[in-house]
Amino acid sequence: MIAVELRKMVLSRRTWVTVLLIDALPTLVAVLLALTDLGPRPGTGPAFLSAVLTDGTLYPLAAIAIVVPLLLPIAVAVVAGEAIAGEAQAGTLRYLLIRPVGRTRLLVAKLVSVMAFVLLTVLVVAATAYLLGTLLLGRQDVVTAGTASISGTTLSTQELLVRTGLALVYAMLSMLGVAAIALFLSTVVDSPLAAALGTLAVLVASSLLLTLDAAHALQPWLPTRYWLSFVDLFRDPILWRDVLRGTGLQLVYVAVFLAAGWANFTTKDITD
Amino acid sequence: MIRTRGLTKRFGSLVAVDALDLDVREGDIYGFLGANGSGKTTTVRMLLGLVLATAGEIEVLDQPMPAAGRRVLPQVGALVEGPAAYPHLSGRANLALFDAMGPAGARASRSRRVDDVLDQVGLGGIDKRPVRAYSLGMRQRLGLASALLRQPRLLVLDEPTNGLDPQGIREIRGLLQDLHAAGTTIFLSSHLLAEVEQLCSRIGVLDRGRLVLQDQLSELRRPTGRTYVRTPDVARARALLDGSVEHHDDDSLLVRVDDAAALNALLVGGGVRVEVLAPERHTLEDVVLEAAQASADRIERVLPS
Repeated sequence: MIAVELRKMVLSRRTWVTVLLIDALPTLVAVLLALTDLGPRPGTGPAFLSAVLTDGTLYPLAAIAIVVPLLLPIAVAVVAGEAIAGEAQAGTLRYLLIRPVGRTRLLVAKLVSVMAFVLLTVLVVAATAYLLGTLLLGRQDVVTAGTASISGTTLSTQELLVRTGLALVYAMLSMLGVAAIALFLSTVVDSPLAAALGTLAVLVASSLLLTLDAAHALQPWLPTRYWLSFVDLFRDPILWRDVLRGTGLQLVYVAVFLAAGWANFTTKDITD
Repeated sequence: MIRTRGLTKRFGSLVAVDALDLDVREGDIYGFLGANGSGKTTTVRMLLGLVLATAGEIEVLDQPMPAAGRRVLPQVGALVEGPAAYPHLSGRANLALFDAMGPAGARASRSRRVDDVLDQVGLGGIDKRPVRAYSLGMRQRLGLASALLRQPRLLVLDEPTNGLDPQGIREIRGLLQDLHAAGTTIFLSSHLLAEVEQLCSRIGVLDRGRLVLQDQLSELRRPTGRTYVRTPDVARARALLDGSVEHHDDDSLLVRVDDAAALNALLVGGGVRVEVLAPERHTLEDVVLEAAQASADRIERVLPS
């Protein structure tokens, strides 16, 4: 069933349109930076963006930092929100289940497909950004000079690759949390739109509460709290505290919402 | 093939299906009749494990449902409340996708299976256009093709001729008769009396969630004990038959008599010209309307007293 879901995802034109739309924003930013040479001052603007004018190889990270807070979660909410509710609305859910595809198996396949979509998007964004970064933006001889970490020391290319990989895994995990919430809502409501918007409402509320001092006690538990903590992976030495907390928090969200979605879906009357 | 005992489904306070005892035997074409909203679709969904019963037991192919769904459902083909497909893919791609789901869909023989069922439902020459562009009838045929992919022992069909034109309906009826002749048991849920009467050997009638009738069609359509006679000589015939004429008009009579052949001999012997003479039978419509009450989607105004 996983193979079938992946095939459906890859065959769908919407998948590719979504990926390209997400990819368009960091591309636009790269072009603007290259044309104007106006980067944000260090410490302001999206993470890493101040550094890319001197070192284009950091641009994939900057691009990920651009899409993670908003565009990618929207796409994940839409894709995962559609997982069950979309099949139900199209009428295909009943035909899947009597094929038969087990309900648990279907949920797992949907989750894998959503994460494959995230991986695909992240890889496309990173690859495009690497190309643009090296072609348009600042170029340094990485092998000899190395790349500057945020803390000012230099990182070897190998270190940079390892840390970039870790950062991508961390971003994926954050999106897995979003996917779990959306998948749960997708088993509850009848309309994919409602599931996607419900998920976005959770994320918007979380972002809003993060800016509110009065919500200080809640903040460590908000799903978006540690999303950008992967920046800490590029400090020297790595600042693990928020990364680990973020990992733990996302795992809790994933476990709770997947369990709730599973419990709901496996006992649900399929009437649409 | 299908047996339920005390099958009940409540949605909140609404009893959709009430203590149903279905009995569909191997080799039947079973007509499951009922008005809209009488609980047909809920029953079909419970048989297939989509809706979970509130109470009662279901056996399909002699195994409990939904517990044995993984073993039972691959041998069952179904059309539930209209066909469904992924609109952006072609009919062939849809069938290949559905075939790849679930057990028993060997990849090597997939395209042959897909071609076979497309031929069966009369879509063999279908092109690559997406299902979005299909007519209602084509979608219905595609849904049927999808149900036939696994060469099922049991077909559960909910309104299978919906959206088809008269030629299409006759074609599908022929297909179902062929499948039945090849050993497939068919459970056909419908509100169309004529469709069921032409096709089915056994009938169950559902009224507001209750099974009010379940019998062989031949039993339901047994002779009424009266004989219909058409003749230009109505007056002479009445005089001959005297008290056994129950009803008459300008050119026909209904006669209560046990032996139609003797009646014919009597009439002809008495100089009555007989155009038509046939035993009267119960019609399915009469039987069903008698068993079921008013239409379930009719809601009477309750007058304040």
